[in-house]
Amino acid sequence: MMHKPFAITLEVGSSLTNHTGSWRVERPVYVDRLPPCNDGCPAGENIQGWLYHAEEGDYEAAWRLLVKDNPLPAVCGRVCYHPCETACNRAELDEAVGIHAVERFLGDRALEAGYRTEPVLPPSGRRVLVVGSGPSGLSAAYHLARLGHEVTIHEAAHEAGGMMRYGIPKYRLPRDVLDAEIGRIVSLGVRIELGRRVTDVARARQEGGFDAVFIALGAQLSRRAYLPAADSARILDAVSFLRSAEGADPPSLGRRVVVYGGGNTAMDSARTAKRLGASDAVIVYRRTRDRMPAHESELEEALAEGITMSWLSTIERVEDGSVVIEKMTLDDTGFPQPTGEYETLGADTVVLALGQETDLSAVERLADVSVRDGGLEVGEDMMTGHPGIFAGGDMVPAERTVTVAIGHGKRAARSIDAYLRGERSTRPGRHELARYDRLNTWYYADAPKTVQPELETVRRASTFDEVVGGLDADNALFEARRCLSCGNCFECDNCFGVCPDNAVVKLGQGKRYAFDYDYCKGCGICVAECPCGAIVMEPEMI
Amino acid sequence: MGHEPVKFYQVGSFAVGNRLLDRDERTVQSDSGRSNSLTSGHRACQGCGEALGARYALDAAMRAAAGRLVAANATGCLEVFSTPYPETSWQIPWLHSLFGNAPAVATGMAAALKAKGRTDVRVVAQAGDGGTVDIGFGALSGMFERNDDVLFICYDNEAYMNTGVQRSGATPPAARTATTEAIGDEPGNVFGQGKNVPMLAVAHEIPYVATASVAELHDLERKVERAMGLRGARYIHILVPCPLGWQAASCDTVRLARLAAETGLFPLFEAEHGRVVDVRPIRKRVPVEDYLRPQGRYKHLFGEHGRPDLVAAIQEIADGNIERFGLLAEAVEAGAR
Repeated sequence: MMHKPFAITLEVGSSLTNHTGSWRVERPVYVDRLPPCNDGCPAGENIQGWLYHAEEGDYEAAWRLLVKDNPLPAVCGRVCYHPCETACNRAELDEAVGIHAVERFLGDRALEAGYRTEPVLPPSGRRVLVVGSGPSGLSAAYHLARLGHEVTIHEAAHEAGGMMRYGIPKYRLPRDVLDAEIGRIVSLGVRIELGRRVTDVARARQEGGFDAVFIALGAQLSRRAYLPAADSARILDAVSFLRSAEGADPPSLGRRVVVYGGGNTAMDSARTAKRLGASDAVIVYRRTRDRMPAHESELEEALAEGITMSWLSTIERVEDGSVVIEKMTLDDTGFPQPTGEYETLGADTVVLALGQETDLSAVERLADVSVRDGGLEVGEDMMTGHPGIFAGGDMVPAERTVTVAIGHGKRAARSIDAYLRGERSTRPGRHELARYDRLNTWYYADAPKTVQPELETVRRASTFDEVVGGLDADNALFEARRCLSCGNCFECDNCFGVCPDNAVVKLGQGKRYAFDYDYCKGCGICVAECPCGAIVMEPEMI
Repeated sequence: MGHEPVKFYQVGSFAVGNRLLDRDERTVQSDSGRSNSLTSGHRACQGCGEALGARYALDAAMRAAAGRLVAANATGCLEVFSTPYPETSWQIPWLHSLFGNAPAVATGMAAALKAKGRTDVRVVAQAGDGGTVDIGFGALSGMFERNDDVLFICYDNEAYMNTGVQRSGATPPAARTATTEAIGDEPGNVFGQGKNVPMLAVAHEIPYVATASVAELHDLERKVERAMGLRGARYIHILVPCPLGWQAASCDTVRLARLAAETGLFPLFEAEHGRVVDVRPIRKRVPVEDYLRPQGRYKHLFGEHGRPDLVAAIQEIADGNIERFGLLAEAVEAGAR
């Protein structure tokens, strides 16, 4: 006897024989789009991907995906200017997802739990020299080691970390965090030789028998400006100042400190001066707030700490215990012009933060490298004009941040790996950007008012004050779950549910869905109701 | 300081499924083992709200009745598109009656099952708005009045769509239909007529009455489950947009149902024994224009010779609903998860 559903007595024909898919003129197709956070990350992190794991509370999986691209999440979670959050589509809904805070949480948790990474490929027998142990050099070393290559870093200073140690103040990046993340890279088998200054890259390569070199010397020379100054005036450059503040014997500054410049280094210098006991710290900058190169968050934090700003001002001369500044005005092109009006500011010390340059003497003997904007020119693959010599970080023309440097290191590592195999690396194609207007934001839960204070804590905790500490697991989970998963299916079952023709097949957890084109009539409800914009209609080919 | 763990689930309970929710908090529709009471191959138009609503409601009822469910179905779109001889799309025992007598047929089914002692088998009856509001209303009122053990579900697409979009007692004011053309001083359907059958059902003081929408799946399933947990006469009225009759894009079916609720034009409420006991609060209030504009049946209200006075009159209806049912209550919090 045939099995029939309950209470059915007659044989009936099912409508399944009626293939309504033939009505269709357009068909829905699943797509993946590039989330704006991923697009904006200079280190090329798959942010949406690791948030997906964090949303489930699987922090180890999240961290493991994160460190596929960035070996320094605890550092980046603290010091990155998070262009990912600037790009985040959620900002249009309420506020951007606090990505950096989650990243920091994951980084810290990994340090606590002692997660390690292992090489992905067996030893290749090839040797690579990395010059400089800043973020770029460490990132390159890490990725090369994961790819099975033997990596040696030559570092001129007595401790590794580059500008992360000697440029970024401790209140933004505690040194135990930095040490721990560097330690994890070393434990991959990377050799760091401290106190080894490379003066000639070609010779170092030849002497050490290295197959390739990645140079990441940074930009450590402070740009100077000629200032008429009294003999007794105390003038420091910001790079040396921040470096000495890191040492055991910080400089004595006096009560009033004037910092000259408008970049992040100026902010760091003023904030460090305050912490070293200056009662007044004034930043003198020749243009206006909207034109200053420092990141808004750094300025906000500086202002909150009582740093004062003297906009539209240049230092005319430095006297004993004071500086004379001239007021400026912006002309039509936005360039500052002198007004002839002068003021005097009390100043026991003046710190010059007027930008940094790279010491390129180590590559002077390479005939086939070229220099642009004071930096070493590299191709898309980070290789200089000299085969086998790659460069990145602050010494190549680009934005100078830790995360950009980490991205350079990763890209260089991939290119070096390809070079060692006699190939050329190509950058993988990118998906179309997942724009806000493609989302159906109705479906995303509002951040409930009751948790708003909690959210504020989340954001505050992620600023400079290490005393406050990072997120706890609840906060991190909450913040991660604010992710909209722009442009990529997160298996919400909407398409599966809203189809009036049951023409969506669920393939099982993690495998997403497929359309049953035998029955899909092409109404497009699934496209309209997909929260994250991961379905498009395409014309039916006849 | 006490610490409350934060509960937040990305899409919360707004989406059909959500991997972050506990299994028993997810919808019946998110389950690949759902009964698909109305299966593929049916001949409803592209983007049919009624086909969607019927599957939503009956799958939920099937789960609540552990698969022991029989249905009576009035004449209408739902019957026509699902059962052209010799095919059927129904995967439940299903009986087609006449246009007007589905409530009476269901009454008979319930009585027969009772006589046979088969109280485990539950009865639903379903019809469109024509079969419910107009033609079947006498039988429906009798079923209510006798408190027969039937869940009656009305799929309201606001006109006789199957026969060519003629006005029904559920057609809203100003809407164009084949019998209320958009001509003259009062274009489209007249104001001040028609029947509010959910409220008429409430007036019968039956055990349970609810309105639902294909845009609020969790809410719809919860209401069906609640209704199935009770005995006696129960009534659920589901708004099911019709791309054909509303002259709207087929992809906008769910969106229009959502806007109907968010404008206040279609209040989502529950009543027990003659009293309204709960409402689904509006989450993001929008003006009625947002709902009317995408629909060709209201085309004559906009443009150069538009009728802002009539749009304002419709807005007044929405505002009246919001006030009457308290749709802006602070209960908004409850839905935020």
